[in-house]
Amino acid sequence: MNAIPQPINPAKLVARQQVALQDADWVRWSLIAIAVSFISLFICLPLGLVIFQAFSKGVVAYWSALSQADTLAAINLTLLTALVTVPLNTVFGVTAAWAITRFDFKGKSLLTTLIDLPFSVSPVISGLIFVLLFGAEGWFGEWLMAHDVKIIFAVPGIILATLFITFPFVARQLIPLMQEMGTQEEEAALSLGAGGWKTFWAVTVPNIKWALLYGVLLCNARAMGEFGAVSVVSGHIRGLTNTLPLHVEVNYNDYNIVGAFASASILAALAVVTLILKSALEWKQGNR
Amino acid sequence: MSQRSIMPGFRPSLGFTVIYLSLVVLIPLSTLVFKSFELNWHDYVGIITNKRVLSSFRVSFSTALVAALIASFFGFITAWVLVRYSFIGKRFFHALIDFPFALPTAVAGIVLATIFQPSGFLGKLLIDTFGVQVAFKPLGIVMALIFISIPFVVRTVEPVLLEFESNMEEAASSLGATRLQVFSKIIFPNVFPALLTGFALAFARGVGEYGSVIFIAGNIPYISEIVPLLIVTKLEQYDEVGATAIALTMLVISFVLLLLINVLQLWVRKRSGQL
Repeated sequence: MNAIPQPINPAKLVARQQVALQDADWVRWSLIAIAVSFISLFICLPLGLVIFQAFSKGVVAYWSALSQADTLAAINLTLLTALVTVPLNTVFGVTAAWAITRFDFKGKSLLTTLIDLPFSVSPVISGLIFVLLFGAEGWFGEWLMAHDVKIIFAVPGIILATLFITFPFVARQLIPLMQEMGTQEEEAALSLGAGGWKTFWAVTVPNIKWALLYGVLLCNARAMGEFGAVSVVSGHIRGLTNTLPLHVEVNYNDYNIVGAFASASILAALAVVTLILKSALEWKQGNR
Repeated sequence: MSQRSIMPGFRPSLGFTVIYLSLVVLIPLSTLVFKSFELNWHDYVGIITNKRVLSSFRVSFSTALVAALIASFFGFITAWVLVRYSFIGKRFFHALIDFPFALPTAVAGIVLATIFQPSGFLGKLLIDTFGVQVAFKPLGIVMALIFISIPFVVRTVEPVLLEFESNMEEAASSLGATRLQVFSKIIFPNVFPALLTGFALAFARGVGEYGSVIFIAGNIPYISEIVPLLIVTKLEQYDEVGATAIALTMLVISFVLLLLINVLQLWVRKRSGQL
């Protein structure tokens, strides 16, 4: 080993290099096998089961489960929640990204950290804080009671908790992108005489539209699917304050398995559509 | 300063951002702190050192830790396979990774409970062949948390593996390193900080996770009852102070652990010369 370096046969060297750069066939195939079995077990199997269970009693049972008044009310409430929270958090996300990426100010990194805060709070705690604010014993509890306004165990509470949970999604997609974009294009438009809004719509929006859609998509999926936070503030009143995910739980706990999986399959379909759109958007962004 | 730049809308955009953030996030979260002032230290210690509360902390943190470790190991392999190899159905598998992100947790919960319950497809198989019961045990919680953790690990490791410069590998191998040496001395140290981030994200999410866990856990006090469930139980008994004490403690422990992982990550990066 410690002999004087010998001239090496170049062909041998190349072969050796190849060995060190590529994994042996058996390594490659076993790793692929491990990864594929892992994903199949933990992801494909659950996906298949939702579809199987929903239709296990036949398509008729599936439709009758879905056309029940309680289920329809749950679907409506879920849509309403998303319809309120997603636009609000989208407007916030764009505004926050504009403030953070287009200007320098003190406390900017603190602000960025605070925006991410809801991600690190347990969903149950996200619900709890609204009970502490608006519940019977909460800060505004007495005032609300006196004025006959219901927030907890009612629709406003569900919307507020969802607003909190989905708060960071859009901002988080836009901030890194707009940081990377820089301000040159916008400055050019402004110096050529375009107004602020015109610059925003004609220069900024076309540049961020795919990331914006991506953020909206993730925000919407979470808004429609949130369970823990909503469960704490909803009170589980059938036909009134049950969102679709809560309806799944109620049915499951009542041993109404077909009903639970029929509702679950709508949410699973939502997840699959989200995944397909997400892949399409990633592809678009990659080709930008 | 850019405030004096020609960019319009500094005051309105920052103003709106700060007000909206305060209304939706900061003021509601501050209630946790203010509510806990209603407790004196003695009562607080009494709530937290209750045997059932301590057990739930042990269950939540240990299952989240084990699940994040398992997900990190298999998630790393999955990311590696997806970045480096080509095989049939790769794009399909790639898209599926985000399924746990997209699937509402309640749905994940009932699906996993159905698969792993003693009469379920895998649950029966595991009991018959290995005598292992998954559902209604801490092991069931681990299974649910692995499902939740997968995208966190894979999606943080993947971009780092993708951007990894192959010329470092080429240099090492031309200097005579074996494949194992290239992996352990070149590739892994470069990917390790990202893997740590993925682990931390998975762990943090796992500790607070509720929907996907409660159906499979069986929620047996002292055995498979998690902290978030105990918070809900306290709330249902109108014990808001107790719920707040537990919630605040859980938040603080999670933040401290995340801080420690960040410090560890900084140390790893410094050691491997990335900073």
